[in-house]
Amino acid sequence: MRTHSPLVGLALILALCAPVFGAEGETAPPAPGENAPPDPVTLLSARDYLDNNDNGDKIEVTWCLSADDGGGAGDVLEYRIRRSSGPGVAGEVVGTVPAGTTSFLDEGVEPGEAYYYDVAAFDGGSESAPAETGPVTGRRNFFQTSRLPVLVLAALFFAMVLTFTRLAQRGANLFVRRIPGLTAVEEAVGRATEMGRPVLYVPGIGEIDDIQTIASLTILSHVAKITAEYETPLIVPTARSVVMSAAEEVVKEAYAEAGHPDNYSPDNIRYLSDAQFAFAGAVSGIMLRERPAANLYLGAFWAESLLFAETGFETKAIQVAGTANVSQLPFFVTACDYTLIGEELYAASAYLSKEPKLLGSLKGSDWMKVVSIGIMVLGIVLSLFGVTGFAGWFFTQ
Amino acid sequence: MQVTLIWATLAAILTLAVYSFLYKDNPFYKFAEHLVVGVSAAYYLVIYYYNFIDPNVISPIFKLEFGGAPIRILGMQWWMALIPGLLGLLLYARFFPKIGWVSRWALGIYVGGYSGLEIAPVMQARVLDQIRGGSLPLVVPHDPSTSFTNILLVVGLLGTLTYFFFSLKHKGVLGVLARIGIVYIMVGFGASFGYTVMSRISLLIGRVDFLRQVADSWIQWLAT
Repeated sequence: MRTHSPLVGLALILALCAPVFGAEGETAPPAPGENAPPDPVTLLSARDYLDNNDNGDKIEVTWCLSADDGGGAGDVLEYRIRRSSGPGVAGEVVGTVPAGTTSFLDEGVEPGEAYYYDVAAFDGGSESAPAETGPVTGRRNFFQTSRLPVLVLAALFFAMVLTFTRLAQRGANLFVRRIPGLTAVEEAVGRATEMGRPVLYVPGIGEIDDIQTIASLTILSHVAKITAEYETPLIVPTARSVVMSAAEEVVKEAYAEAGHPDNYSPDNIRYLSDAQFAFAGAVSGIMLRERPAANLYLGAFWAESLLFAETGFETKAIQVAGTANVSQLPFFVTACDYTLIGEELYAASAYLSKEPKLLGSLKGSDWMKVVSIGIMVLGIVLSLFGVTGFAGWFFTQ
Repeated sequence: MQVTLIWATLAAILTLAVYSFLYKDNPFYKFAEHLVVGVSAAYYLVIYYYNFIDPNVISPIFKLEFGGAPIRILGMQWWMALIPGLLGLLLYARFFPKIGWVSRWALGIYVGGYSGLEIAPVMQARVLDQIRGGSLPLVVPHDPSTSFTNILLVVGLLGTLTYFFFSLKHKGVLGVLARIGIVYIMVGFGASFGYTVMSRISLLIGRVDFLRQVADSWIQWLAT
């Protein structure tokens, strides 16, 4: 491995990494390969590369450009990267990169094996003297250090959630403000009962792994209890088979809890289609033919949101919607009577159920917002005093 | 007559049948609706089988092949196919009332697993990146425009976060901030509404253009 004294290294840094002044433009650059070999690269180093799915099979090689790349003779065409198993051993070319490039990711290394790398500048005719570095070993890393901020904030968040959950379990009175759209749900079901018409509950078209769908099923449980007590039919069309299974469980249990298990009708929990617009068409058909007096759209919605809301508006049903899909909220706000905006959907499920785990989550996320605001305000204050690196700590790969 | 013209004509007729809904519910719309629901159910059944069930369950367990490569029976990948496959089968236990409750195991593992996987990406995208993006200098020397934009952004961010704070009543300072927040939210919705309506109009134009092309093709065919 070639080494330089600190002064030589400094001189090379100044020569290679600073702009080149002087003779630029005075003579025409020679044709590739006509001159002596290009100057070698400097500050060559190699390190174990860390990414999200780190398997120890990647090594990143970095260097500072040859003096003849962008300056000097200006004839460097590419850099050739060689990998070998020992110092001074002739290595195989594992990659080439064009002039002006200062890094290369070798994605074909064996985890745990020690390697040496050399990088040579090539001008079309000859190569520079190779600079060599090593040994370097690719390792399977258990922890990605650049994601430390995620771990710290997640740990803080879960500590708060667990604390509030424990408090709720012990009977502490955890205040949650009233969400206006929720009052409307009971009004809507009451109106449907008076009119002798069914209630339509659409839990969105998200899969069961979507948090919005899970929140929606919690609200469905509350709605099903009311419809069970009022003996009002409840229609739940779904676009996902697993969501249908979950909805069946939820509604059946709610009817049993309300003391009306016999009123539960499995035929009203319907799987229609996975295709977005086939589902939209079928739900629109239900609205027109079964004429529900209350339409509740709570969950994950996409482009079908306006089709539902407009058709429901045409049938003069009272409509309550809620979704965390920001792009669809404007349509619900426009065409529905009440709308739960974004996180209100999650808060609604906690508010209605009073379930300690949901209350703990809601409280935890509330205080996480306070922490976020505090950190932002600190970052803003520090930036007023010229300290700008603070926000950089939150940068993750 | 070209075969493609027949299919295009069929598509045009179905398009018109769906648009007839704008007048009122009618047999043409009902036919188109039932057709698309039925066809899509069959289509997705085939898609799910060939894209998910066959490569991830059937092939590894019975053909000992995963991703085109052979695997060992009772090996890690074999078990990785068998266990989720069995959990999937448990979902059908609901058809047998006595053991219907075991279907909840599969649902619980599915929901819990996905919720856990979501935590780190959500924490990064919705908390960390927002904190980083919101830590802006309110006064940028010699750049009043950027200073104004940063102030606007920070005030909006704080107001919006306050609106979604559920642990206290929105009164006093909190009420003022929440009010600012809802104004920002509604301005955002207005912009989003206009943008999406524009894209929907372009979809409509595309469909009307398709009908025009089909009509043109018929005229040309009749002329020849």
